[in-house]
Amino acid sequence: MKVHEYQAKELLAAAGANVPKHIVVKTPDEAAAAFDQLSNGGGVVVKAQVHAGGRGQGQLIGFSDKLGGVKFCTSKEKAKAVAEAMLTHHLKTKQTGPEGTKIQTLIVQADAEPAKEFYLGMVLDRSIGVPVMMASAEGGMDIEEVAAKHPEKILKVPVAPETGLLPFQARRLAYELGFVGDQAAKAEKIMLALSKVYRDKDASLAEINPLAITKSGDVVVLDAKFDFDDNALFRHKDIAALRDENEENPAEVRAGKANLNFIQLDGTIGCLVNGAGLAMATMDIINYHGKAHGVGPANFLDVGGSVTAEGAIEGFRIILSDPKVKGILVNVFGGIASCATIAEALVKAGKEVGFKVPVVVRLEGNEVEKARVILSQASADLPTLKTANDLTTAAKMVVELSK
Amino acid sequence: MSILVDKSTRIICQGLTGSAGSFHTDQCLLYGSQFVGGVTPKKGGTTWKGEKSGKELPVFNTVSEAVKATGASASMIFVPPVGAADAIMEAADAGIQVIVAITEGIPVLDMAKAKRFLKPKPRTRLIGPNCPGVITPGACKIGIMPGHIHKPCGPGEKGVGVISRSGTLTYEAVFQLTALGLPQTTCVGIGGDPIIGTTQIELLEMFQNDPQTSAILMIGEIGGTAEEQAAVFVSKSVTKPVAAFIAGQTAPPGRRMGHAGAIISGGSGSAKDKIAALERAGIEVAPTPADLGSAVQKAMARKK
Repeated sequence: MKVHEYQAKELLAAAGANVPKHIVVKTPDEAAAAFDQLSNGGGVVVKAQVHAGGRGQGQLIGFSDKLGGVKFCTSKEKAKAVAEAMLTHHLKTKQTGPEGTKIQTLIVQADAEPAKEFYLGMVLDRSIGVPVMMASAEGGMDIEEVAAKHPEKILKVPVAPETGLLPFQARRLAYELGFVGDQAAKAEKIMLALSKVYRDKDASLAEINPLAITKSGDVVVLDAKFDFDDNALFRHKDIAALRDENEENPAEVRAGKANLNFIQLDGTIGCLVNGAGLAMATMDIINYHGKAHGVGPANFLDVGGSVTAEGAIEGFRIILSDPKVKGILVNVFGGIASCATIAEALVKAGKEVGFKVPVVVRLEGNEVEKARVILSQASADLPTLKTANDLTTAAKMVVELSK
Repeated sequence: MSILVDKSTRIICQGLTGSAGSFHTDQCLLYGSQFVGGVTPKKGGTTWKGEKSGKELPVFNTVSEAVKATGASASMIFVPPVGAADAIMEAADAGIQVIVAITEGIPVLDMAKAKRFLKPKPRTRLIGPNCPGVITPGACKIGIMPGHIHKPCGPGEKGVGVISRSGTLTYEAVFQLTALGLPQTTCVGIGGDPIIGTTQIELLEMFQNDPQTSAILMIGEIGGTAEEQAAVFVSKSVTKPVAAFIAGQTAPPGRRMGHAGAIISGGSGSAKDKIAALERAGIEVAPTPADLGSAVQKAMARKK
């Protein structure tokens, strides 16, 4: 689960990191008022709070001037006007689609002009099974680009999950990054705070980019990005409460509430599958047989190992709420449960939802013959329902029917 | 021969009295697995009875007690996510040698700790978590897979070893192998999480050393670089035919595709890179999930 920059910074501040003062605002007037509180005779930075990265280089769609999601403002009027523009235009960045994303929240941040920028990040290193802290003096840049071009410029320290980053590890990193004197101690404190939040709150990704030495010599967190382990939210009600459903795809939010794993894609064939691996593989086979005809998967949907009528009903409804969908492939491998039960669930779901597009069903497993009889008997009520006896036939059939 | 488990494996179920633990232990008993007990704290001293198998098993409060009383050497874990990593460590501490963790949704940092706990215990092998389990067809099933789709090796007959990060996709693979008349020695679901116990490389080595296994099918998916590392291992140390499939060729970067471990992150973990690495190692890669069985046949024909 992702959170906003301001939420990440507040967690870091609570863990002892030095974070520039900010005020969260939702209207231009609040932005103007925040300017008065934070400008201190200079300026403030107005920053759009959206989950997508690349805000600084982004562009407000349909706005006449060049303006992205981050702007330094030297007057109250300017701060108000910038806030107004951001709150009324969608922001397009390299991480959003071409339609951009709506901005509903801003922060007004006290100016902390950077003299030098660093990168700090913490993520699980799957190859060794423990988190690592990564640090680089190439801050502010896209860290993946640094990793690809200059892997030697990224320092990595494995962190024991039992202890978190140890003070000596932070100290060594700070000196290796080139911090000196008091600034090294300040950087060390921020690293320890990052590790503390990561460990205490079960983050899956925690980044400070950039960590900055300001022109006045302070060391601060200028931007932060956290992603939390969904599987650990049960023990962090405070983190779960930070979820912003406005930032998520509405169909995905709806699926989540029904315990379905759903991800929206841009093709035209909906998929309803049991099991995540098989669901991915089903998308792949649609693409394999469909790409020559410009046909691809419209979604990933794993309804879980066992298929219930309730899960299938909600799954079909979510798939069919996408107007692009021209056909659906149902691919279910029945495990221990009888395929007949699954077929009955699908027929019940079909009658409940109504299939306005072709639906090709491929079932395999226990008592599949019985299941095929049930499906064929349902054809009077569900004329668009077709059955296929194997996966290749099913994929080709749904591609053909929805070309 | 087979790997990990056979007819003589004595098994307990941690979480036996829960609905999933109870249902699947019963199913495993019907398949012929030798379950000898179960563990549910606070229910020690009671007796569990399988609904369909009718078999009765003693329930213990702790794994240590269960091991002492039954001589179990394997455990199937159905404990809910909040206590699952603890259950894994408890099993390892009690001397269980094969721990099969079915539970999905264990926090990653819990698994990071559990994996470190297991490190100084080289005799303990963890399979999973978030996996369908392990089956040696006709001999022993520890997990939730449908037993009937598997084909046991006849006397003196060789078979295919299966390694997979997925559940139903593994059933698909086994179903295709069986339909083609290819029996299986052992099928291992290694799990879809970012941190898992036994890795592809360890199983490749076991199958390479198992005289009954004549070919290996490895089913991977996006996320991490385990398949790339396995490919390097195959080119150096595996002489048997190997076929593979990678799910998630059409998955968008940065999104978790159902399994906690299935995510393309920071430019690594894509299906394209994995397939290229597998092909470089001379592994037969199935183009679609409908070609899993035939890819094994092709790999076997190539090595002849």
